[in-house]
Amino acid sequence: MKAAPVSNDIILRTGASIMVPVILLWGLYVLIHGAIGPGGGFQAGVILAAGFILYTTAFGLKEAKKILSVKLLMVIASTGLFIYAGVGMLAIIFGGNFLEYGVIPIGRTPAEASKYGIEMVELGIGLTVMSIMLSIFYDIALKEKGE
Amino acid sequence: MITDHLPILLIVIGFFGAFFTPIIGMIRKELCSPWATFITMLQFLISLLLLYNVITAGNISYWLGGWQPPWGIEYAVDILNAFVLVIVAGVCFSVSIYSRKSLGLEVPGKEMPLYTLYILLSTGMLGIVVTGDIFNLYVFLEIASLAAYALIALGDRQSRMASFNYMIMGTISASFILMGIGYLYVMTGSLNMADLSRLIPALYGSPVLLVAIAMLVVGLSIKTALFPLHTWLPDAYTHAPSAISALLAGTFTKVGIYALIRVMFTVISPSYVIETVPVMSMLTWLAAIGILAGSVLAIAQYDIKRMLAYSSVSQIGYIILGVGLANNIAMTGGILHILSHSLMKVGLFMVAGAIIYRTGIKNIYQLKGMGKKMPYTMGAFVVGALSMIGIPPTIGFASKFYLAWGALEAGNWVFVVVILLSSLLTAVYFWRIFENVYFGVHETEEIKKDEAPLSMLLPIIAFAVLILLAGLFASLPIEVIKIWVTGVLP
Repeated sequence: MKAAPVSNDIILRTGASIMVPVILLWGLYVLIHGAIGPGGGFQAGVILAAGFILYTTAFGLKEAKKILSVKLLMVIASTGLFIYAGVGMLAIIFGGNFLEYGVIPIGRTPAEASKYGIEMVELGIGLTVMSIMLSIFYDIALKEKGE
Repeated sequence: MITDHLPILLIVIGFFGAFFTPIIGMIRKELCSPWATFITMLQFLISLLLLYNVITAGNISYWLGGWQPPWGIEYAVDILNAFVLVIVAGVCFSVSIYSRKSLGLEVPGKEMPLYTLYILLSTGMLGIVVTGDIFNLYVFLEIASLAAYALIALGDRQSRMASFNYMIMGTISASFILMGIGYLYVMTGSLNMADLSRLIPALYGSPVLLVAIAMLVVGLSIKTALFPLHTWLPDAYTHAPSAISALLAGTFTKVGIYALIRVMFTVISPSYVIETVPVMSMLTWLAAIGILAGSVLAIAQYDIKRMLAYSSVSQIGYIILGVGLANNIAMTGGILHILSHSLMKVGLFMVAGAIIYRTGIKNIYQLKGMGKKMPYTMGAFVVGALSMIGIPPTIGFASKFYLAWGALEAGNWVFVVVILLSSLLTAVYFWRIFENVYFGVHETEEIKKDEAPLSMLLPIIAFAVLILLAGLFASLPIEVIKIWVTGVLP
């Protein structure tokens, strides 16, 4: 027998299935444009996490955990930090100081390289913030169900 | 050259290690502890290299992201930094070896979160010491504090309450520190320590500077557990897992003292806090009261860890006394006491943990016959205790000698009496343990030898040997400290 979803509210479930993709897309937009516009990794991470939280409230913890399990979240959180530290170390390898993006040869000018460097770092921050937010939410949701 | 990047590697390796621990924990739980040992060993080696570089080649300044200070964050290492770095990283490294068995018994099945927090705590403390940016200092202080609250809460049943109390006190202290930094920033527009020290003299006499100093002193006093603000410390150290008590006793309060010294003597000039505003003499009197009160309260305890915790309150008083007297000799003694107290207290807490590991006994009066049961462990305890009392040739004698000499130099007889009286009180509370451990049972009684496991015994013996070696060759650290002290104090 299929497990019953947490909420049978048709409005919530329809609304969520329309809104979640848009929220995630918006989160990615904020993430990518962190270097040149308002936003950045932290904000994007929170928006992405909010999208998943909406999904979880509408379709239940079990469905959400099929997509993002607690273990996977741990790995994503660590990966985000590795990206951050990795970009910093890359700058050291190319002869600069830690996080001196300008020396990494990925853009035409040091300023452009800086932009890409910052975007990489923002990506790392976004992943970490999203997964930590979600795992906090999972913990609270689990506690209330008494599991 | 990679050696140019040592200050940042110290921190990056720590964060990398901390966030890699969950992945290792997923593969195999048992690997977390060796991983933590490996990371802290790297940090220890880097700290040693930094100390060597600073002594041979002068101060190090590292600009994060290549941004020139005061705009960018600077990691500035001088002799005081490097000296404290070596102590902190060394303690973290040796306790991580010790902790595998001890924490395995006291906190079973939680290796993954535990060692993640362990490495975070170690990195946070090293970050406080290595940074040359006052706001960065606050950030690392929070990282280390949060890790410490969680680690303490992993202890016995009352540990959650102790951790909660500590969290409240710690948050109040962090708020004070943050507001102090905020006031300094509002007035000067700078957060770089070297830059602040150039800008602050223009503000002498401003009441805002006084408020900033008051807030920083109160906030850091809570973190260091200076006497009237020490209330979080005994509970936290008593109920935390033994290895964590050892780690915190040896490092965290010392890092707080380091931050106090750095803020008072580098950011704000010594002449201002000594002569214009008598912050330092106020601290010395509090420290003197704390030395006596800590010792007296330690005598009243029967739980061995609690007794050691109160003795920590007293020993922190010694360090602040030396710093507060602020003459050449007392200051050297105070900073040397950071080293000697770390060695002694970590060693003693590790012994307490080993006794709990083997027998589960915490009460001093039940330790009868332990001298026959765990001869090497108790031998190390005696060395540590003698050093606490201040008997030559241990390092405790050297630092107390310098402190007393410094008090004489300052012409303040009261403090000399305080130091001597406290030494006697220390002898009283350690004698109770000696009496039970060595003279509690009849000579002919047969007690089976049941020594602590090697991974616990080795760090304990190493600390006992270090206490003796450091005492015999005390001139070495003293020479190093004197270079820094003469540069700061006239």
